[in-house]
Amino acid sequence: MKKILFAIVLISSTTGAYAQKYMTRSGKISFFATGGTEKIEAINNEVASILDSKSGDVVFQVPVKSFKFASALMEEHFNENYIESDKFPKSDLKGKVSNISEVNFEKDGAYKVTVVGKLTMHGVTKEVSVPGTITVKGKQITLSSKFKVLLADYEIKIPSVVKDKIAKDAEITVNSILDQK
Amino acid sequence: MRIRSFLFFSAVLLTSFSFQSKAQQGADDLAKMLEQEDKTAKHKKDYTTATFKATRILDGNSIENTGKGVLDFRIMHRFGELSTGASNFYGFDNAATKLALDYGITKWLMVGVGRSAYLKEYDAFTKVKILRQVKNGGMPLSLSYATGATLQGEDVQLAPDGSKYSVVDRMRFYHQILIARKFNDWLSLQLMPTLIHMNVVDSSKDANDIMAMGIGGRIKLSTRFALTGEYYYTLGNKLSGHDYQNGLSVGVDIETGGHVFQLVFTNATGLNEHSFVAQNTSKWSNGGIHFGFNISRVFTIVQPEEFKHTNNKSW
Repeated sequence: MKKILFAIVLISSTTGAYAQKYMTRSGKISFFATGGTEKIEAINNEVASILDSKSGDVVFQVPVKSFKFASALMEEHFNENYIESDKFPKSDLKGKVSNISEVNFEKDGAYKVTVVGKLTMHGVTKEVSVPGTITVKGKQITLSSKFKVLLADYEIKIPSVVKDKIAKDAEITVNSILDQK
Repeated sequence: MRIRSFLFFSAVLLTSFSFQSKAQQGADDLAKMLEQEDKTAKHKKDYTTATFKATRILDGNSIENTGKGVLDFRIMHRFGELSTGASNFYGFDNAATKLALDYGITKWLMVGVGRSAYLKEYDAFTKVKILRQVKNGGMPLSLSYATGATLQGEDVQLAPDGSKYSVVDRMRFYHQILIARKFNDWLSLQLMPTLIHMNVVDSSKDANDIMAMGIGGRIKLSTRFALTGEYYYTLGNKLSGHDYQNGLSVGVDIETGGHVFQLVFTNATGLNEHSFVAQNTSKWSNGGIHFGFNISRVFTIVQPEEFKHTNNKSW
């Protein structure tokens, strides 16, 4: 009995040791929310993200104003009317790669992973589970993922006049190259 | 035995609980690391955006420029005086229109041309951003310079001897400094000291230069709806001949997808600076109010860097 208890304490105290971190400040996230004929697409090249390869903890921080649109007016509307970037300047995902043990950071390759955590956008936080890929290449890893978020879940309102132009769910594409720290 | 199994159970529970909190804490710690580093990194200036919705408050310039590579097609329409009554359908029977094309050459430089029915005028102008308000400390206001010229149609007004005025004689100019501040997300105010120069004036008693101080503002009521207003107060001598009034316009901005729609009540008939700053013949106090609207439609001509590869037309 005591042995089991001791083992549990030992295991719990050793997690977190040998923490190896990967980081970037120039990760890329784009989204696609086209509903009609007009393309609604934005790219952000200033995403900060950090991954702890031991624990699987992962964080993405997205400066919302850095999303670039093809149309300047669309960009203004996105900031002013939809995401309200003055009030909510940052979106983030704080989570954990649930199967981090399956990723061998020593060996080049692509590993399928699932990130479970909290996504905060427009001031609203929701639990999410997102599929993705960690591609290891030397001292660099690439985090990539494609998933959809329902705008209504984050209280992003779409007025009826543009209802047909904007998709109800935005497709988010993550593609960030992280360097070993 | 019972106590033992209880102990074991609670121990497992405790450790799993500590695992749980550790998971969240791990991510939080990482987030803190990022933020810590963010502070040490070179701080990016957070420029204030959308002080006004459109490049004109109603009649005159706002601090906003057309975006880089963006063409803005504007239709501005002013009906006659409401006081003209039912026989003139409260001004709707006569209307003056201005069509304008504006283009953003860079983030800080825009140019525009226009044609107004009133006085059959052509106009050209440019607006340059000089200072930009920064939200996270630093510059408290935005400042721009705007200047433009108008050319009146040759048959609108003849010289006293019955001959036509030359091109030069039909030209008028304006210079404006725009000083604006977005105080918060609903209130923006702007001052615009303005100089109007007319190559020819009606009377030898009149000066060719007129100074005026303009004040404008916006109160944003919702994300798509704002109240706007602007007023030009003539400093020093007004033009003689008419009982010229200071220009006062109030209106609303309504925003739909790709349009900004402005509805306006004003005592200005003309849509160029010399008219609505110094030559308003209508008077608010006796119902000399013109209803009107502006419609702006933007077209992206040059795509931003990020989108050069994609071949999408975004209008």
